[in-house]
Amino acid sequence: MVTYSAGMNDDAVFKALADPTRRHLLDRLHERDGRTLSELESELEMSRFGVMKHLRVLEAAGLVVALRSGREKLHYLNPVPIRLIHDRWIDKYTEGHVSALARLKTTLEDTA
Amino acid sequence: MTTMTATTTQVYQLFIRATPEQIWEAITTPEFTVQYFYGARIEVTGERYLSLGPDDSVWGDDQVLEFDPPRRLVHGWRSLYSPELAAEKASRVTWEIEPQDGGYCMLRVVHDQLEGAPMTAEAVSGGWMMVLSGLKTLLETGKPLAG
Repeated sequence: MVTYSAGMNDDAVFKALADPTRRHLLDRLHERDGRTLSELESELEMSRFGVMKHLRVLEAAGLVVALRSGREKLHYLNPVPIRLIHDRWIDKYTEGHVSALARLKTTLEDTA
Repeated sequence: MTTMTATTTQVYQLFIRATPEQIWEAITTPEFTVQYFYGARIEVTGERYLSLGPDDSVWGDDQVLEFDPPRRLVHGWRSLYSPELAAEKASRVTWEIEPQDGGYCMLRVVHDQLEGAPMTAEAVSGGWMMVLSGLKTLLETGKPLAG
């Protein structure tokens, strides 16, 4: 088995994204970045230990970066691994079509 | 305090298969930046961060706050390429390079102190991802990002 340091392989990113709770945590951070564990915990129906466990998986995949700010540890969404997956299959020429279709879907679903 | 920090700090982190010295050179010399930074020629010295657009207009001219090759660079940020963004308060960009196992380095870019620059914050968020993805591709393959 080949092992890479945190965030270097796509497997860890896909595995981290395969869980609805972890996607929910990323949604929360996307909405507002730089949150503490306590803040994230208060929004989820889950134990502190559970949230910590999910955050660890997200950190190992490089999707969340925790930075110290005084005595607090703030969690930030790191979008780069998702961007790298995007760039692997979608180049600049197809990007225009893809984002136009994505916008169309969003518009139609928002007005529905 | 915490809620203030929230929207005013952006964090980007990635792993690049290159030495700290190679990454440092790619960040601080115009021959490299022109290939991945929207065509900007960026020259960084111990005192000054100067970024010139393809038409030689000044895109950035800021003070360098920390210069510790090949590990840490901190400089000011004002988006001079747009009058609207240039009118906002200056923010700060920190580059950190940490060697990892297997010939990789972790590169972390933190763009903070964006309290007085909400439009800049909005404008650079997609930009940093393009730039960093392009930097990784350039260093690992020797070629700019496709397209």
